[in-house]
Amino acid sequence: MPYKSVPLFWRLKKPKYNLTGTKCTKCENVYFPPRNLCPACRRSGDIQELQLSGKGKILSYTIIRTPPEGFEHYVPYAVAIIRLDEGTNITGQVVGDIEKIRTGKRVRPVFRKMHEDGNDGLIHYGLKFELVD
Amino acid sequence: MRVAIVGAGCTKLGEHWMKSLRDLSTEAGALALKDAGIDGKKIQSLYIGNMSAGRFIGQEHLGALAVDQAGLNPIPATRCESACASGALAFRKAYLSILSGEYDIVMAGGAEKMTDIKGSGAIATLMGAGDQEWESSVGLTFVGLYAIMAKAYMEKYKLTRKELSLVPVKNHKHGLNNPYAQFNYEITTDDVLRSPIIADPLRLLDCSPITDGAAAVVLVSERIAKKFKNPIWILGSGQASDTLALHNRKSLTEIPATKIAARKAYEQAKVKPKDIDIAEVHDCFSIAEILAYEDLGFSERGKGKELLLKKDAMIGGRIPVNTDGGLKMGHPVGATGIKQIVEVVKQLRGEASNQVRNARVGLTHNIGGSGASCLVHILGRE
Repeated sequence: MPYKSVPLFWRLKKPKYNLTGTKCTKCENVYFPPRNLCPACRRSGDIQELQLSGKGKILSYTIIRTPPEGFEHYVPYAVAIIRLDEGTNITGQVVGDIEKIRTGKRVRPVFRKMHEDGNDGLIHYGLKFELVD
Repeated sequence: MRVAIVGAGCTKLGEHWMKSLRDLSTEAGALALKDAGIDGKKIQSLYIGNMSAGRFIGQEHLGALAVDQAGLNPIPATRCESACASGALAFRKAYLSILSGEYDIVMAGGAEKMTDIKGSGAIATLMGAGDQEWESSVGLTFVGLYAIMAKAYMEKYKLTRKELSLVPVKNHKHGLNNPYAQFNYEITTDDVLRSPIIADPLRLLDCSPITDGAAAVVLVSERIAKKFKNPIWILGSGQASDTLALHNRKSLTEIPATKIAARKAYEQAKVKPKDIDIAEVHDCFSIAEILAYEDLGFSERGKGKELLLKKDAMIGGRIPVNTDGGLKMGHPVGATGIKQIVEVVKQLRGEASNQVRNARVGLTHNIGGSGASCLVHILGRE
């Protein structure tokens, strides 16, 4: 999508680059991506920011071999659903030796280039994950 | 009050390079009217399912486009969107509009034109059914989402890659004589296993194709239905929602929205899974059909593959599934839910290309996204 404007990235900078989620202090549920309304408590909930560690384990994964536009240079790459230690899930790429990726393995976050919007668009950065030995 | 389907039509599914969205939608509508034997002027309201004409062809305002092209102005026209379940959503809205007492004769249609943009554009557009900010942004595709579910299911329930291949093998066999099908050829498990990996463990032949097509049905109130010779009744309709992103679900090996929508439809229809004679399920990727067997109650959890191994899901089996070949034979996303209804109507009338003997009760199952929305309908003959 080469039409993205800069404010989108300002708005998402805390969750996208710092992995800031939210927590409802009433029901203790943790949310990532952050939510401004707790779906369990709704209006009676109390949502607060919560810094996530990015450490967790792989619940399931796939190796993408036919990529969407903008990700061609990275093929093959692994995308996993990760259970973070704080008790919420995130979808992210797992980098490094992807032959070693398995369900249940532990990961930690790393800051990486994500993709480019063509030759003259923005270069997108963000968090990926690597296996912890 | 009851509501019946008295007309059903579907265009050929495929790459219609010489037909636009408007051509396809009027063609399907005309087929449904011809089948019903009524004039378009009798239609009081129209609901059209469409996922993303805005991104596929840059056209919004499809309700107005559809009635304009059909010469049906000034009747009310409403576009319905629930990603790949948009067709079934349009059908349910048409059904509810008659139940409300507002109308007696309503058309529900679905149309999608997916080949006016490049394949990469279509793939990006389809990903709009997922979470744009947190799934697409990391390079995930829709095949990727279902691949993550397939991986989790295969590990948990010891489903082999070869067993998973039985889904597209069956559906290609079922679609062999389907006059609407995008493909009319059989494949083997070896063909599936030799096809390119798209998102491991899913391969090309596990995936539904990119398709242009449209389908339409005419719904009438019970009072009007008596004038038609072979009405097919809507016995149950269920709809449910779930988290938009797959990572927010409690389980990766079931689709709760299907279970809830199905339960509502079964309760309303007063039937059980064992009473279903034919089912059209949302097999967008092979694993989705196995999840559907279990979520719809055709099989115990983790044992869906037995329907394939024992040929229960084949024509002549205990519960024939996707008798027209399912989504493998074409998935024009916003039209698919209506196309499924068309197939079940034909089955219940005894007019299907791959007929189930004496089918009395049929089910359709249409999923939006990775399971964030689901609609289930149960139809029956008199």
